[in-house]
Amino acid sequence: MAEYITHEHDVVIIGAGGAGLSAAVQASAAGARVAVVTKSLLGKAHTVMAEGGIAAAMANVDDRDSWRVHFADTMRGGQYLNNWRMAELHAREAPARVRELEAWGALFDRTKDGRILQRNFGGHRYPRLAHVGDRTGLEMIRTLQDHGIHLGLDVFMEYTIVALLKDGNRIAGAFGYDRERGRFHLFRAKAVVLATGGIGRAFKITSNSWEYTGDGHALAYDAGASLMDMEFVQFHPTGMIWPPSVRGILVTEGVRGEGGVLRNRNGERFMFKDIPPLYVNQTADSEEEGWRYTQGDKNAKRPPELLTRDHVARCIRREVREGRGSPHGGVFLDIAWIKERISNHTEHIKKKLPSMYHQFKHLADIDITQEPMEVGPTTHYMMGGVRVDADSQMSDVPGLFAAGECAAGLHGANRLGGNSLSDLLVFGQRAGEYAAKFAKENPLGAIDTEKLASTEKWALQPFGRTSSENPYTVQHQLQDTMQDLVGIVRQEQEMLQAIERIRELRLASEAVSVDGNREYNAGWHTALDLHNLLTVSEIVTRAALERQESRGAHFRDDFPAKEEQFGKFNILARKGPSGAVQLTREPIPAMREDLQQIIEEMK
Amino acid sequence: MATATFRIWRGEKGQGKFQDYTTEVSAGMVVLDAVHQIQAEHAGDLAVRWNCKAGKCGSCSAEINGMPKLMCMTRMNTLPLDQPVTVEPMKAFPHMRDLVTDVSWNYKVKQRIPKFQPRKPDAEDGTWRIAPEDVERVQEFRKCIECYLCQDVCHVLRDHHMHEQFIGPRFLVYAAALEMHPLDVGDRVQELRKDFGIGLCNITKCCTKVCPEGITITDNAIIPLKERVVDRYFDPLSKLFRIFSNPKA
Repeated sequence: MAEYITHEHDVVIIGAGGAGLSAAVQASAAGARVAVVTKSLLGKAHTVMAEGGIAAAMANVDDRDSWRVHFADTMRGGQYLNNWRMAELHAREAPARVRELEAWGALFDRTKDGRILQRNFGGHRYPRLAHVGDRTGLEMIRTLQDHGIHLGLDVFMEYTIVALLKDGNRIAGAFGYDRERGRFHLFRAKAVVLATGGIGRAFKITSNSWEYTGDGHALAYDAGASLMDMEFVQFHPTGMIWPPSVRGILVTEGVRGEGGVLRNRNGERFMFKDIPPLYVNQTADSEEEGWRYTQGDKNAKRPPELLTRDHVARCIRREVREGRGSPHGGVFLDIAWIKERISNHTEHIKKKLPSMYHQFKHLADIDITQEPMEVGPTTHYMMGGVRVDADSQMSDVPGLFAAGECAAGLHGANRLGGNSLSDLLVFGQRAGEYAAKFAKENPLGAIDTEKLASTEKWALQPFGRTSSENPYTVQHQLQDTMQDLVGIVRQEQEMLQAIERIRELRLASEAVSVDGNREYNAGWHTALDLHNLLTVSEIVTRAALERQESRGAHFRDDFPAKEEQFGKFNILARKGPSGAVQLTREPIPAMREDLQQIIEEMK
Repeated sequence: MATATFRIWRGEKGQGKFQDYTTEVSAGMVVLDAVHQIQAEHAGDLAVRWNCKAGKCGSCSAEINGMPKLMCMTRMNTLPLDQPVTVEPMKAFPHMRDLVTDVSWNYKVKQRIPKFQPRKPDAEDGTWRIAPEDVERVQEFRKCIECYLCQDVCHVLRDHHMHEQFIGPRFLVYAAALEMHPLDVGDRVQELRKDFGIGLCNITKCCTKVCPEGITITDNAIIPLKERVVDRYFDPLSKLFRIFSNPKA
């Protein structure tokens, strides 16, 4: 018999980043009793690290912008594997969500006439990102947090969910533990929203915080929901690479948006050498034109540094492989060069990119106003996730919703910068609204007490073992495996090795032992996270094997071309009856005609 | 490769002792890296709170060689390594385990501060117009990552334990961000004086010194709020006016 504390709510939200808090605010506004369960303290979620901005076609800076252009940009960036209905809703609703944040106290940078300023970003045709210097994510999460604390939400800080509970086919709640005391908790709920973020901690070099262990992905999968597009992992082209301890920390795309350029060791702007056909018409012909674009010239086309992240990341990798990299195995990102164009460039850079200035000065002894940065790709974002209904964000499991990074659909094969924060707001709110609605229409489900007992037993096993298997070692080995074998450039042989390695590490994870007691025990938490990390790693690898082409963030050395037939379906992963991963190819539904027309017009 | 010794506080609920661990030090390393290394190699159950490891979330606050700092932003080459580096939990909050403290008091304090109240929108589409120079002052306060190092170093909280009477520098910055927000029409001056204890701050500026975001807490946030309180309650003319117009105030 399991020992646990019971809580009862209409809606339980797992995760307190941008998506979770948006969902909480909305569900609460709809009259639901809401619990927010978060692994960290409130306001610390990974959203705080988002730098560049929130993409929303408000047309404050360029009046040619509209939701239609934003829709077309998002679909092009996603190589048309996106759920087009989500891309439509996102582009239409993002401006209202940004204005809502302002009404709750967010203070965005302004245009001269006092409206919300918008900046350029990769893959967006017009300046579109509402921002606050380079700390937009902090502004967003703080605004949602400070608004949310007055709404009567029950916030459970430093709690981790380890299993979802079902009553027959539908959701009935969630089961987890608190970090402080290590006690178990049953959260009964009519609806559950997953807003747990990504999977970056499955890789060695990542911009993601420790929380990104694929919890929502694995919880949903284990509960019978489908995951989609799991082969698409975004490697951000510019992470810090030196010194070793900062490897992976993000260098915002905003640096390039403000005029920063990429050069190899020979001083060459290599991005001009390789411009993909989909983007030829939108890319600057000369360095001069690229500079004018970053300074707001509406007639100029964007510099190739602002091509989509997948492409820029691969170009950097190529320069390094072919011996033209920087001393520590990256390339140079140079914003200091703008002193040739701007008289007070030092102040200008500090004003536009304050946290980048601070980060390099403090962690790498580099003054970015005077010298170039060294950068290289870092695991950044998971396009794949729980397959959801576009309008309601409900998964295949009735009553189970997902929003933000742990949901799939909006970004297709590759996400544009700035489309994540807007995703969190738009679909977080939708998930909250529909979860509250579901909760109104359905009673609480029955609790399967056997499942609670077996979960509790499973969770406590690492304490009883006497093996020398260390959870941290298993985690590091998995990170090395995914980094080396399922990274930016993939091939069949290596991925088959990865599958074998993951199988071995799964066995090792089932043998890890931990010291000490249940109170705030980091070793124990790491041991439990392994299940999620291994589950998502295996699914990523299997989906990547299945997609025998290169598209968006997924690049296969053995299939380097994009194949038309692979553009007609998404890959779904479900847990089969034997517990093995089952993959299916889900045809993409035909796009509504008016949306097709927009795509044609914007080509 | 060089090694360093870390003297880390281990224990529960205020009970415990320092324990020494020796670990390798590599180029560019920060204290949090060393703590993680010790966790992976020697002390699997060592409790430490952290998230972003990039100075953006404010989770890994601790006292390093006695100074309140973020572990993720304290580089090893700024510390003397010929003697042990001490790492202790923050002192102004109840101890939980090892390096982790219970900071929930801060969340309760924030809830007591009257929330943002915007003026009516300026434009018909429900939007506002704010001049670029008017956002800058408050943006400084909104840089706060809520690491609570300013609370930790404040003697009113740390030494005098006046958590009931005083909200601390973090929340004076928060109140200043609301009071000086270009759209806000709320008024928190009475609360600042009576409930939030702004008078207890005697502007020693310790909070400003430890702020990892470089917010000029005392000069830009606390002193202007003190001036508002003085103008309202201690200006002789307005005091007379208030006595006659509203005897209860």
